[in-house]
Amino acid sequence: MTSTAERRPTRTAAVHPVPEPPPAGRSRRRRLAEQARAYAFLLGGLICFALFSWYPAIRAVVIAFQKYTPGQTPEWAGTANFTRVLHDPEFGAAWRNTLTFTVLALLIGFAVPFVLALVLNELRHAKAFFRVVVYLPVMIPPVVSALLWKWFYDPGAGLANEALRALHLPTSNWTNGADTALVSLVLVATWANMGGTVLIYLAALQSIPGELYEAAELDGANLLQRVRHVTIPQTRFVILMLMLLQIIATMQVFTEPFVITGGGPENATVTVLYLIYKYAFLYNDFGGACALSVMLLVLLGVFSAGYLRLTRSGSGEEDA
Amino acid sequence: MSATRTLLSPAALARPRGKAAYWTVFTGVVVLFTLAFLFPVYWMVTGAMKSPDEVARTPPTLVPEHWHPGAYTDAWDLMQLPQHLWNTAVQAAGAWACQLVFCTAAAYALSKLRPAFGKVILGGILATLMVPAQALVVPKYLTVADLPLIHTSLLNDPLAIWLPAAANAFNLYLLKRFFDRIPRDVLEAAEIDGAGKLRVLWSVVLPMSRPVLGVVSIFALVAVWQDFLWPLMVFSDTDQQPISVALVQLSQNIQLTVLIAAMVIASIPMVALFLVFQRHIIAGISAGSTKG
Repeated sequence: MTSTAERRPTRTAAVHPVPEPPPAGRSRRRRLAEQARAYAFLLGGLICFALFSWYPAIRAVVIAFQKYTPGQTPEWAGTANFTRVLHDPEFGAAWRNTLTFTVLALLIGFAVPFVLALVLNELRHAKAFFRVVVYLPVMIPPVVSALLWKWFYDPGAGLANEALRALHLPTSNWTNGADTALVSLVLVATWANMGGTVLIYLAALQSIPGELYEAAELDGANLLQRVRHVTIPQTRFVILMLMLLQIIATMQVFTEPFVITGGGPENATVTVLYLIYKYAFLYNDFGGACALSVMLLVLLGVFSAGYLRLTRSGSGEEDA
Repeated sequence: MSATRTLLSPAALARPRGKAAYWTVFTGVVVLFTLAFLFPVYWMVTGAMKSPDEVARTPPTLVPEHWHPGAYTDAWDLMQLPQHLWNTAVQAAGAWACQLVFCTAAAYALSKLRPAFGKVILGGILATLMVPAQALVVPKYLTVADLPLIHTSLLNDPLAIWLPAAANAFNLYLLKRFFDRIPRDVLEAAEIDGAGKLRVLWSVVLPMSRPVLGVVSIFALVAVWQDFLWPLMVFSDTDQQPISVALVQLSQNIQLTVLIAAMVIASIPMVALFLVFQRHIIAGISAGSTKG
């Protein structure tokens, strides 16, 4: 949005490193020296990416097919890791919980910040206060939020049940009940993370030209129609991107179940990432952990690719 | 700001009924935000100052009957918070420095120095944004435990935080996009004056990039301070653990008020950073979306 027309040429030139026609005096040696210099600048970053991003991705796939014990030569294991993991009774629970968590986080964790941002955008006073307060939980370390809510959910003197009692409502088991544990964790994750979604969505709302609302109002559109026909289509791209990022993030949820419930009660909150952690650090089964990682990786990769393809073709029609 | 038209028209808000509705909603949101976001923080800060009896009492007291700041000093001493806070600070500072040095250098090279295969490298870096990072912690852990070629282990060493932090595609891309917008003639003018590439980066590009460097710095610090799973894996040695890991490890067998006090102390650095730089942080987050 900020890039103006006269800046564009430099920008595209930099994105496509097409060598410009060499000036007459420039020798091959000089170009080599330039390349060496460019790579000297790149080197540190390249090594870090190679070691800690690219190599582990390849290694996950390799170890998934190996019997791997640190310090020993790995042996090929075929698909044994996958069959072992698939027969683990926790496997089904972990995927079910992770998917439920993701869907609930979309329903609660996306709808709430969406509506909040819509309302905040209409308020003309105390703007800075709202933005700071909604983002405050994001700056509290996730471990602290998790421990804080663990205390709130305490069935005895926890704040959550006290609040229900004060309102004369029946109390809940929260994280101690197999059927409420997952929802309780979604509430924590929503509370802790929605500040970012609210702020990003607010910024998108502010970029909607006011004339569109004026035109819609002249056409007789009421409030909800304006939301539906102006606000949502105008921010479609941001909504879709935020949703995708949130789905990817919640599919990898770990801290809340690890700190608050330890996966319980009765495996009700074991997530895929938690199971990966257990395989690696409790069972010392790195092959199984990598097999699970590969499954998660493939699932999210296929999902993201499909999601991007579907949403991109959709936006193409609308832009035209 | 007030001139921009939003969902509601200024005319509708100016009418008596519109005004009444506006102030009702406004008050509602203030109350909701205070209860949902500020009250839990208040509850935490004051909860730590209640006596162990009072904190377990039902119905709870809104304000501590007697103020016991002792839990804070207990947490400080018993849970070795100075040690863990120091560990976290060292890890965060090193990660920040690594990220600034490696990411700015690489972003500058990709943006302005036209390396061969630059496009492929950029593609490889951006592809890591699409890969769920947490899903790869186990192979990453195995790599850090036994680095290829040199066969050294970085476990229980701050380097295990510092170096992987530099592989941050998001920050690298933010920097590269900012550098892309610096006109080439500005750099060429400096080169004609005899400045080398490093000198150009240091005295021309970086001073022009202060806003983006600020955003990247804050993201880098916050990311390390908030991380849990990775330091949990990497630091088995209690003396090396950052505050987030130490809190969870110690939470099992410590008095509730002391734990809550420790939680407050652990939150202070990032909350303070946020309150000081809130304008920049909020602007940085907001900018991320609209530049897409």
